[in-house]
Amino acid sequence: MLELHGITAGYGHFTALWDVSLRVAEGEAVAVVGPNGAGKTTLLRVISGLIAPRAGRITFEGAEVAGHPAYDIVAHGVAHVPEGRRLFPGLTVADNLKMGAFLPSARVHYRESLERVYTLFPVLAERQDQRAGSMSGGEQQMLALGRAIMSRPKIILLDEPSLGLAPVMVLRVFDLIRRVREEGYTILVVEQNVRQVLKLVDRAYLLEVGRIKMEGRADQLAEQDFVRKAYLGV
Amino acid sequence: MIDPIFLVEAAINGILLGGVLALLALGLNLIFGVLDIVWIAYVDLVMLCMYAIYFLNAVYGWPIWAAGVASLGLGALLGVGVHLLIISPILTSAPINQLLATGGLLFFLQSFATFLWTTDHKTVRLSLPSYEVAGIFLPATRIIPFALSILAVIALYLFLTRTYIGTAIRAVSQDRDAMALMGANPQRVYIVTSAVGGAMAGLAGALLIIQYSVHPFFGAQFGPLTFMVCVLGGLGNMVGAFIASFIMSEIIAIGGVVISTEMGYVIAFVVFIVMMFVRPGGILARRE
Repeated sequence: MLELHGITAGYGHFTALWDVSLRVAEGEAVAVVGPNGAGKTTLLRVISGLIAPRAGRITFEGAEVAGHPAYDIVAHGVAHVPEGRRLFPGLTVADNLKMGAFLPSARVHYRESLERVYTLFPVLAERQDQRAGSMSGGEQQMLALGRAIMSRPKIILLDEPSLGLAPVMVLRVFDLIRRVREEGYTILVVEQNVRQVLKLVDRAYLLEVGRIKMEGRADQLAEQDFVRKAYLGV
Repeated sequence: MIDPIFLVEAAINGILLGGVLALLALGLNLIFGVLDIVWIAYVDLVMLCMYAIYFLNAVYGWPIWAAGVASLGLGALLGVGVHLLIISPILTSAPINQLLATGGLLFFLQSFATFLWTTDHKTVRLSLPSYEVAGIFLPATRIIPFALSILAVIALYLFLTRTYIGTAIRAVSQDRDAMALMGANPQRVYIVTSAVGGAMAGLAGALLIIQYSVHPFFGAQFGPLTFMVCVLGGLGNMVGAFIASFIMSEIIAIGGVVISTEMGYVIAFVVFIVMMFVRPGGILARRE
């Protein structure tokens, strides 16, 4: 469904990703794990079009999307839940969800999608008139996921969904993602919380200083000596 | 002692003036809120629209309402033009450059109007009735602009809260990249914002020419007042600007009757300066 070939990207003179290739099949949940500064966020930003790659190809369902603007890539069915959630803090929960359905193709299914999101996350239905910025971190993550679903995506890119949350909330957020996954969405998630994310996904890539270092089934990767020592601390 | 009836009349006149001022301030504030740029030449666009109405009505014999509608369209076009030709190329440069560029536009438009149409005051002659209610004199030339301004403000409110593009306009001002991730081209949202802000200038032009004559320096008459209202209300704060419009217009109207017209403006500016010390973030700013 999503394929990256030899992607090199960065900001100004700084190169954050070197020759990265990866693929996500339809219905799959894939994680990219790695330490802070490995280039995980850049990877998602390149896929969703927030930055253009310097080299390499990105195909989504066979269509070349590398270098297309973000508003064009989302129309292909790629929803990006960015780092720090990036909600519209001054807008209500309902308006944030409405903006999730901004695409004309999503707008016609607005009611249906909204019902789906409210069934998945009933808290959002209760809070529809509350300003997004005044909600707790966990609720905001819920809203960010809901907003992504409103665009009727084929794949959801999640950037550090557990970042900045209290340990209890981290578990809950992974639970939310599991729920979204059970709805049948294809997911590509980048995380520092390796232990939790490996329980959630089918496959994982290990990214270090901008290069893919390892790839494998999630359970196998968790067994690797290297990963256990470096990330799981056991 | 002043007859209380004059004070009541002044207060009503203040409200009537406040409506049009609110229209001007909201148009300018909308653009500032979304693009983070103050169009210094905003009221000079209004001036151009007023000339357009003058020519369409007084010279080409269009009915005033048709000229007004045309002015709305012209305002929208001017708004888009200003965005594409002046703002867009320097959107990411330092704010001072954008200020200087729209300031340059102000001088250009003033000189352009002087060159083409001289400094003569041009007036649209309308025979509109006046009403007398309980001894208070209410000219239709003030009531119609007020009513239409309020209708336009309500329409703007509904546009910004009920429609997708209106909500996107509010959203893009909070997070441009996130709005792009929702599938909205930020540049298109900016163009729509500029068109709406411009159309409001066009409408304001139509409502102002009913009561005032137009000349190349019309912008100097209403421009500073409009900025003051925006700053007093809190730049980008629509509700604040709406309230501030009426505060300012009341001070001007009542001060004008109690002392003199000039002193009304002096008091308004003094109040503004004092308020900038007391509440620099605007009247509705939350206290830190």
